[in-house]
Amino acid sequence: MEYFLQQLINGVTLGSIYGLIAIGYTMVYGIIGMINFAHGDIFMIGSFIALILVVALGITAATPVLMLVLALGLVLVLAMALTAVWGWSVERIAYRPLRGSFRLAPLITAIGASITLQNFVQLSQGARNKPLQPLISGDFQLTDGGADGSAFIVNLSYVQILIVLTTVTLMAGFTYLINKTSLGRSQRACEQDRKMAALLGVNVDRTISLTFVMGAMLAAVAGVMFLLYYGVIDFYIGFLAGVKAFTAAVLGGIGSLPGAMLGGLLIGLIETFWSGYFSVEYKDVAAFSILAIVLIFMPEGLLGKPEVEKV
Amino acid sequence: MEQSQTSFNWETLLKDAALAALIAALLAGVMLGLRVDVASGRGAELYLEYRWPLFGAAVVAVFVGRLLMGVYYALRESGQFEARKKNKSERQNVEGYLKPLFLLLAFALPFVLLATLGARGSRQYIDLATLVLTYVMLGWGLNIVVGLAGLLDLGYVAFYAVGAYSYALLAQYFGFSFWICLPLAGILAAFWGIILGFPVLRLRGDYLAIVTLAFGEIIRVVLLNWYEFTGGPDGISRIPRPSFFGLEFKRGEGGFADFFGLDYSSVHRILFLYFLILILALITNFVTMRLRRLPIGRAWEALREDEIACRSLGINTTNTKLTAFALGAMFGGFAGSFFATRQGFISPESFTFMESAVILAIVVLGGLGSQIGVVIAAVVMIGGFELFREFEEYRMLVFGLLMVVIMVWKPRGLISTRAPSVALSKNAKGISADLVEEGHG
Amino acid sequence: MSQWNHNPVLKVEHLTMRFGGLTAVGDLSFNVGRGDITALIGPNGAGKTTVFNCITGFYRPTEGRLVMRGGDNEAHLLERLPDFMISGVAKVARTFQNIRLFGGMTLLENLMVAQHRPLMAASSWTVGGVLGLRGFRSAEKEAIERAKYWLERTKLIDRADAPAADLPYGDQRRLEIARAMCTGPELLCLDEPAAGLNPKESLELNELLSYIRKEHHTSILLIEHDMSVVMEISDHVVVLDYGVKISDGTPDFVKNDPHVIAAYLGVDDDEVDSVEQEVGL
Repeated sequence: MEYFLQQLINGVTLGSIYGLIAIGYTMVYGIIGMINFAHGDIFMIGSFIALILVVALGITAATPVLMLVLALGLVLVLAMALTAVWGWSVERIAYRPLRGSFRLAPLITAIGASITLQNFVQLSQGARNKPLQPLISGDFQLTDGGADGSAFIVNLSYVQILIVLTTVTLMAGFTYLINKTSLGRSQRACEQDRKMAALLGVNVDRTISLTFVMGAMLAAVAGVMFLLYYGVIDFYIGFLAGVKAFTAAVLGGIGSLPGAMLGGLLIGLIETFWSGYFSVEYKDVAAFSILAIVLIFMPEGLLGKPEVEKV
Repeated sequence: MEQSQTSFNWETLLKDAALAALIAALLAGVMLGLRVDVASGRGAELYLEYRWPLFGAAVVAVFVGRLLMGVYYALRESGQFEARKKNKSERQNVEGYLKPLFLLLAFALPFVLLATLGARGSRQYIDLATLVLTYVMLGWGLNIVVGLAGLLDLGYVAFYAVGAYSYALLAQYFGFSFWICLPLAGILAAFWGIILGFPVLRLRGDYLAIVTLAFGEIIRVVLLNWYEFTGGPDGISRIPRPSFFGLEFKRGEGGFADFFGLDYSSVHRILFLYFLILILALITNFVTMRLRRLPIGRAWEALREDEIACRSLGINTTNTKLTAFALGAMFGGFAGSFFATRQGFISPESFTFMESAVILAIVVLGGLGSQIGVVIAAVVMIGGFELFREFEEYRMLVFGLLMVVIMVWKPRGLISTRAPSVALSKNAKGISADLVEEGHG
Repeated sequence: MSQWNHNPVLKVEHLTMRFGGLTAVGDLSFNVGRGDITALIGPNGAGKTTVFNCITGFYRPTEGRLVMRGGDNEAHLLERLPDFMISGVAKVARTFQNIRLFGGMTLLENLMVAQHRPLMAASSWTVGGVLGLRGFRSAEKEAIERAKYWLERTKLIDRADAPAADLPYGDQRRLEIARAMCTGPELLCLDEPAAGLNPKESLELNELLSYIRKEHHTSILLIEHDMSVVMEISDHVVVLDYGVKISDGTPDFVKNDPHVIAAYLGVDDDEVDSVEQEVGL
């Protein structure tokens, strides 16, 4: 039971990170109907920017609490801003010129962009793992060790609380943005019919750009959280996290924002329980298999709409 | 200077370039100007390295590049490049001239190398040519799937792995020889292609891409973790070398050299491997070209153009896709078992997603569907980087960038005329790439 | 009663198609007479293309039966056949509202793709073709002859080796019909064949359709907005509105049917009652 609870906590934390990345996939898919293969690498870049900033600002675990909070806040904001520029650039260079080109073209540039980003970071930052000493330590012990102290102790760390709280806050803000603001309206209009939206005065290019920017910002948040949670990053984390987040987006129903979050949570939980109870080696296989199974048997996902083929 | 004739709006151009430079500065500021790395000797401490000259160079390069691009577009719009366009029709025949030339070159190359550099000196170059040919074969195999049938397969390396492991395991457990294993490896790979393809090929293009990627990774992870069977990360070593139809390449009695009354030389095996892959690659090409003129090949191309129309014409799209997928997989399997016998050692390391990406990049750069384009792309991208080892680490970066640039600039690749598979008149012209558009099936 | 009820080539029985909550076609029944040109008309959004998509297998009907009875008098239930069998086995061919040609392939290749099924069989599912067996070569020659025949009939023979995407719009429409005819259909379904044609091309189309019916005994079902085309060439008109059949008869009958007039022209609010009384609602 204690073990189960611990896996649950870990799963929700991991799921929050996947959910944040998955939103980027789902939004881009919703608006231009393509998979942004480079999105996982945008997440990786966000994580790297955060790491560099943390080292540059000299933040360590010894920094006083108030300063630490302020500095981490600054890192988060800067990482979001700079990663947004990356997201914007990828769209501008690799996708925008291909609108209306043949079907495979944007998919191929997306893969090209992903490879480029990965190798750029590998070259500019080195291939080695980058371990960061934990900045936020400490946790709540939810259970004691039993009378003889032998039982499993369930920990809920401050970082986990931070991750889940941040995710929930962002999700709430985000839902508001999409549902209540004019930007959200333009976005939904472009999703429905890009040509008509343009005729009605929606700046389609700008709306699509902003979608990429928002996706990149959320990916940057996920990158920061990933850094704080795991403390080790390398140039390759974007690939796996990207595929898993994409799985989450598909599982939740691609194009649906609550679906992306739900899918993220589910994938996080499945992955932690799988590694907790079955095998750690095959945890990626579990994620990949879920992706294949979902796409084959329920391509509309949990909360998505079924697609009607237009003839 | 001719600039007097064309009026540049320098202000806009400079503004544009400055904006691009600003964005480049934002992009590169943290990721290029600063480098975080693990300090050696001081534990796992992270430290920061400042590289402002590099950062400055990048920003200036973007500024200049953007400016030149602006000038180029301005010139193009004012019609300065009109004269060049006329040569376009001449290029359409390029495939016709290149084919026999390449073939001749491929057969003569090792002998020319041997004659000029001697047995010892030419060895590395023949090896390199063999490697290039392996990629040519893989590229041609993938071209059936991506170029002809229009299915984006990101897990092609999985079939390469199936072929390699089939040979290695069959040889290890049953002692089968290369010549028995070669067809078996191809059949097994095709079989896997069918098993994986059957549920997946109903999916839309982009879903298909990511599911094939997932399958590729699953196969690799299984190879990595199934220690008892595949040797896990240690791989399989001492895979038997190929024999010349039973004659081994060894010193002394009963060897290849002995049988033909030649002096033993290690070059014999190298040459043999070279011609083996050359012939395998040519078979791939021959079969592909042959199939293109048969109903099945035309159905592949029709499928690439418009899947819905295909269904209305009575084409079983799932089966048609499946044949393309399985055939591509089969050639991947052949290439895999060749790889295993050439290396003598295989491990999951050789079958990562990056390998799939390299093969895909070769197909894309060569022009989807163009056989000769694949050859040129493989020679330049594989051969070129192997010759200039110091740039090796930039290879994938260049591959990635070129994939983007080529798609944006010439979506059909550098060489991209399509010869009709059947024609009424004898001298039917090639179809220029601009027309080879794909539907939304 | 009417000729199309006697031995029809296609019987549509209680066809219903729902998308989620929306009923695109509701309980539709009509017959397509053998050798007739039948027109399916109705205002925009009446569900005509949905009916087509059900007949040609792109949608699976929610309810109802589609019985196709070809020249061999064998009945095929179209709603049960997979889409690619509808052309091959039940011998129903179609064209598309927004032309779907293989643009990068030549005209001849387009027509060769349409003969995929017989050619596949002749090439012994590719094996014989690879070996270059004689049976396949003669089948291919035959296929080319058939393609040539249809290119001549559609006046496209001069451009046989040009890519289809190069053709002007009207020629593309004709090529699509030629391609559908190359599958050797018993029923040809045309989705707005005259859309975007100029009067001369429209006239040529009428001639082509009459020729197809006369010389090849192919029944034709077409969706059309252009009333002049419909009234001139069709033997039988079925009118849909909001997915429901409102009229069914000869062109003359339909032309004077108050239901049709109401659906097409609309009526003033104060006239609604009187019109409804008149039409018996």
